[in-house]
Amino acid sequence: MTDLEIMDGITEVVREALDDDTITLTPSSVAGDFAGWDSFKHITIVVATEMRFGIKFRTAEIESLKEIGDFVALIRKKKGA
Amino acid sequence: MSASDLWWLPKNADWSDEVRSLGTTAGWGRFVSLANCRMDFLQTERLDKLARKSFGDHPPSGTTSPAVRLAILGSSMVSHLIPAIRVAFMRRGIWAEIYTNPFGQYLQDLMDAGSALHAFKPNVVLFAFDARHALGRANAARDAAAADRAVEDAADQCAHVWDMARQAFACPIIQQTILPLFPALLGNNEHRLPGSPQAMTQRINQRIRRRADEAGVDILALDARATEDGIASWHNPVLWHRAKIEIAPPMSPLYGDLVARIVAAQRGRSYKCLVLDLDNTLWGGVIGDDGIEGIVLGQGSAEGEAFIAFQNYAQRLSERGIILAVCSKNDEKIALTPFASHPDMVLKRSSFAAFVANWTDKAANLRAIAAEINIGLDALVFADDNPFERNLVRRELPAVAVPELPEDAAFYAQCIADGGYFESVRMTAEDFSRAGQYQANAEREFARQATSDLPAYLKSLEMEMRVTPFDVLGQARITQLINKTNQFNLTTRRYTERDVEAAMADKDTVTFQIRLTDKYGDNGMIAVVIAKPSSRPGELMIDTWLMSCRVLGRQVEQATLNLLVDEARRRGYRAVIGEFRPTEKNGLVRDHYAKLGFEEDGTDDAGGSFWRLPIENYVPTQTHIKIGEI
Repeated sequence: MTDLEIMDGITEVVREALDDDTITLTPSSVAGDFAGWDSFKHITIVVATEMRFGIKFRTAEIESLKEIGDFVALIRKKKGA
Repeated sequence: MSASDLWWLPKNADWSDEVRSLGTTAGWGRFVSLANCRMDFLQTERLDKLARKSFGDHPPSGTTSPAVRLAILGSSMVSHLIPAIRVAFMRRGIWAEIYTNPFGQYLQDLMDAGSALHAFKPNVVLFAFDARHALGRANAARDAAAADRAVEDAADQCAHVWDMARQAFACPIIQQTILPLFPALLGNNEHRLPGSPQAMTQRINQRIRRRADEAGVDILALDARATEDGIASWHNPVLWHRAKIEIAPPMSPLYGDLVARIVAAQRGRSYKCLVLDLDNTLWGGVIGDDGIEGIVLGQGSAEGEAFIAFQNYAQRLSERGIILAVCSKNDEKIALTPFASHPDMVLKRSSFAAFVANWTDKAANLRAIAAEINIGLDALVFADDNPFERNLVRRELPAVAVPELPEDAAFYAQCIADGGYFESVRMTAEDFSRAGQYQANAEREFARQATSDLPAYLKSLEMEMRVTPFDVLGQARITQLINKTNQFNLTTRRYTERDVEAAMADKDTVTFQIRLTDKYGDNGMIAVVIAKPSSRPGELMIDTWLMSCRVLGRQVEQATLNLLVDEARRRGYRAVIGEFRPTEKNGLVRDHYAKLGFEEDGTDDAGGSFWRLPIENYVPTQTHIKIGEI
């Protein structure tokens, strides 16, 4: 799975979670860039991302997910690609 | 098949597009119908958000029931469950306002008459305590007496808040049981360690149930659901540690539905009658074609056992007061034979308050059944293996619940149970005697008229028919259809594969193998026609015309005749001759040729009749079936 594909998957999740089809993400995007992406929504996005990619984040890993680039890197690692 | 995404509801491939196109002007009815589709927690949140945007905080017009004002009082994070609870009420056409206490502070909220909770004025209160909160301080070294006291304390604490809520709001109360999420300390014999959190969870849940019965409080049985779905589905410790979320967000659609079905039951809004199809629903196969020896039911096959298990489930439902009825496309006489004479049948004719087996469309028959039993359409649950019938009923009668039965009969009962259609909060003596009441008026006549908007439905099916001459690929299936079709079969002539080959090779014989697809999928080969030159010149004789009853009422006959007349004309014939040979089982097609506009043209000694259709003036019947390219 390429970073681009991972990014596309995350974008779809975020768009659905925030109900905004115009959202585009970059590796340096952070939650604060988007209206409605609060700490509560963050959990939703983390769980939906897990379901989307068929992975599980560890407790410690969730803490480290700040920028979208962190998501991508962690998913890439977990998918072993 | 996962309960979390509401697997008993139909999938809707266009769900996201339809939601996107709702805008802010769509009526409540559109939302209700979208809420009645399978969906995950993200979709649930999305639908809820749109509904709030469209309707604000006020019940829109079109809601039938008084609005629910639910206060969910929790000891940890519960606000992630709120959208799914609202959508679950929407699924039932009920508008819901939901309040939850500031994090952890449900007691303060209850005690302070000036609190936001009191201002909200709930008309139903749900207590949702997380396991750690309910158990209090854990100590595995507790002796039996201390553990007993801790269990009693936990139940007391619940009873105490019930009293407070009842005094303040005088409304129904629901108590959620504790999720069994603590790992074992001993193992299989955990119950021998009085202070074990796992063992205590189980005991507290038992104790809460008894106290709730005494206090008239209803239970939301999360512990029972955890047994069905697995605790790992319900609880993710990572999220607990991170955000004090005890119930995993992906389970929220199911959680919401559990809440809504209890409140609906408290308001007397549960389904009362299970209407069952027969062929491939109560037994495997088609009784009219396979006969009493041919249907799959009972000992000897795994599938037969699965149908028995489903019948047993229906029987248990009936014993506890759910009315049973039959709605089947069949000849009544034939449909009744398994009930009279199949040794493995669990259900009897007398199990049903209404028994409708005919060839009218099922929406009309369900109306007749509701009228007969004297209950509303919104009290009917319709179980049918055939997606065509299910979708017809969903479209024609949105009030009727239509579970999306899985393909394997082994899971029929689970599907209906998971759907929670028959949720009830209490049993009365009348419930137990209901099954008996209906035996008394089991034998009744039905007056039925078809008033459904069938043409519109047929149009929406996007049917496409493909007709080809017999070929080697189709040979086996053609032979099978010729030898097993009994009901829609004009002459019931049986042919071997060799005979079929011969017909294929004979240039003067017209052969049709007919397939039908619609937007729900491929129905496969559903009809066969063989026609030969008659002994009278200029006439084409229909030797064999048969069709699967699954596609009855879909204008396949008319479309077939249109093509047959085309073919006859192309070959220079002046008339098409039909033949009907009556059997025990083909009463269904007695008037087949008359309905298609043929004139009777003599009979023979064996009871057969002949029918003539001149080609010259034949006007093709308009149908909603597109004829596919060959």
